[in-house]
Amino acid sequence: MAEVLVLVDHVDGEVKKVTTELLTAARRIGEPAAVWVGGGAESGKAKLAEFGAEKVYTAAAELNDFVVAPKAELLAKLAGEKSAAAVLVSATPENKEIAGRTAVKLGSGVLTDVVDITGDLVAEHSVFGGATITHARVRSGVPVVAVRPNSVPAEPAPGAAELEEAEVELSEAATGAKVVERVVQEKGARPELTEAAIVVSGGRGVGSDDFSVVEALADSLGAAVGASRAAVDSGWYPNQFQVGQTGKTVSPNLYVALGISGAIQHRAGMQTSKNIVAVNKDPEAPIFELADFGVVGDLHTVAPQLTEEIDKRK
Amino acid sequence: MNIVVLVKQVPDTATERKLSSDDNTLDRAASDGVINELDEYAIEEALLLKEKHGGEVTVLTMGPDQATDSIRKALSMGADKAVHLVDDALHGSDALQTAYALSKALGTVEFDLVVLGSESTDARTGVVGAALAEYLGLPQLTLAGKVDVDGSAIRIQRATDYGYDVVEAQLPAVVSVIEKINEPRYPSFKLIMQAKKKPVEKLSTADAGIDTAQVGVADAGTETTDFAPAPPRAAGTVVKDEGDGGAKAAEFLAEKKFV
Ligand SMILES: Cc1cc2nc3c(=O)[nH]c(=O)nc-3n(C[C@H](O)[C@H](O)[C@H](O)COP(=O)(O)OP(=O)(O)OC[C@H]3O[C@@H](n4cnc5c(N)ncnc54)[C@H](O)[C@@H]3O)c2cc1C
Ligand SMILES: Nc1ncnc2c1ncn2[C@@H]1O[C@H](COP(=O)(O)O)[C@@H](O)[C@H]1O
Repeated sequence: MAEVLVLVDHVDGEVKKVTTELLTAARRIGEPAAVWVGGGAESGKAKLAEFGAEKVYTAAAELNDFVVAPKAELLAKLAGEKSAAAVLVSATPENKEIAGRTAVKLGSGVLTDVVDITGDLVAEHSVFGGATITHARVRSGVPVVAVRPNSVPAEPAPGAAELEEAEVELSEAATGAKVVERVVQEKGARPELTEAAIVVSGGRGVGSDDFSVVEALADSLGAAVGASRAAVDSGWYPNQFQVGQTGKTVSPNLYVALGISGAIQHRAGMQTSKNIVAVNKDPEAPIFELADFGVVGDLHTVAPQLTEEIDKRK
Repeated sequence: MNIVVLVKQVPDTATERKLSSDDNTLDRAASDGVINELDEYAIEEALLLKEKHGGEVTVLTMGPDQATDSIRKALSMGADKAVHLVDDALHGSDALQTAYALSKALGTVEFDLVVLGSESTDARTGVVGAALAEYLGLPQLTLAGKVDVDGSAIRIQRATDYGYDVVEAQLPAVVSVIEKINEPRYPSFKLIMQAKKKPVEKLSTADAGIDTAQVGVADAGTETTDFAPAPPRAAGTVVKDEGDGGAKAAEFLAEKKFV
């Protein structure tokens, strides 16, 4: 069976959930082989084995010192050497860029923001803010596919996860954009936005930089916190929590929108959520068109009551 | 410093967007064309850099004849001239083919910097900037929330999952911008009038040296095989808060087993 390369997303040796989803999808196509860049592969190995990775190709942390290009060189080299059937990455902004460059190197096609994929590599997309479903395939070279987090449910299946070092000689073109500093803006104890099973977001309706009503509800649900652009632009919540077209795309089991009108750019980032609950004082707010359950009312009274009810039921 | 800004015309997100059943590509006649929102931020950034460092700003657009609307808009914001890559052979090109074609068209212009949007509202692939850097063999400075140029050195803040990376490179380079970077200006009446006289050069695939076997829907590396309207979401329940809105929402969540 041909290998399917899966680029691992990890933070300090801890494998992200999306990688287990990708390994699950890879098993439909062929034999999953994880690609690990940087340290920590030893500690992440068990998780990869649990979801069926037969191999784990490891590459030096140095690849992270330059923007995107080195990882594309690594993936293209491995895809060639191993005659891979496909290359899968998660559909984060950076990984989509890696996918694009890898596909150029391989002379193949790239599909991004895929919400499902079959064993014969037919990919499903949700486009135009969720209004249309399309199917697409790659018809030249090794398909490179970026799959959205929370799209394919992860299912365990044992694999050997045998570590193997991958050598890559970086070209000069790959080292042109050097990362000289990494700035981490506050990162709380909450689950990460794109990975979370539940997301609670606040918009302009929150009214101030006091996001505690949103955070309290999120914490009662074990959810991540998101924000609309209006809230981010007002300086109420940090940039990396923005959900939408130019923010993160999330696809949780439950999305709760507090004081968010539901502009097309916001919907583009949350439309594929499985359940949507909205609280808004305007009965005409477009977010209600999407909501499975909506409450017309003031979020400052509805959300705390909801939080209290949830805590009671625990 | 000479800057080329890549501007794409996209269907207005406020109107209904459709795919054409002939070849499953975007039906550009079905909705009004507007400039891709993020490209206005790219134009603004190019103009700010020009104001600081001098030089010329050239708009480069690949698209059908109607795309001249977006070119005029870009010129009326203050860009100096435009190149319009237009050829039937380009119809239905996917993101990588677009990047290839744009890289060829860039070969006809002198530049120190290419600035583009990080994503378009229609394709939403977000790969053009990266693929373009790959084709051109130039440093990739994408997802920039801040750009500083000092002589031949350029430094950006690249948006990441956790905050941002500071990235440095030497010009020439490819920069893509996120909307946090600036606030695009409105064209003044004077600039709108001037824009009508600014030069727009039309470029065919032959002029740009584009291999037509590598562009267009027939040769795309990807193929949309079918499309259909998304199944409508089952109509939801909307209740008015009468002091029990939160409790009712909790009931819904309990039914769905979230609590
Ligand atoms: C290039 C571009 C990219 C963009 N990208 C994004 C993006 O990624 N993400 C994004 O979110 N937006 C994005 N936008 C902006 C988008 O168009 C909207 O402006 C934005 O989503 C609005 O945020 P909002 O819903 O919080 O604010 P508003 O539209 O102002 O809505 C606030 C809502 O809160 C309700 N409300 C007010 N007070 C209360 C209260 N006490 N209780 C309950 N409800 C209340 C109001 O009825 C209203 O519906 C983008 C725009 C552009 C041009
Ligand atoms: N046909 C085109 N002509 C000019 N620029 C384009 C074209 N297609 C994409 N771009 C640029 O690439 C950016 C990203 O587009 P995309 O990768 O398609 O989401 C856009 O914001 C534009 O700046």
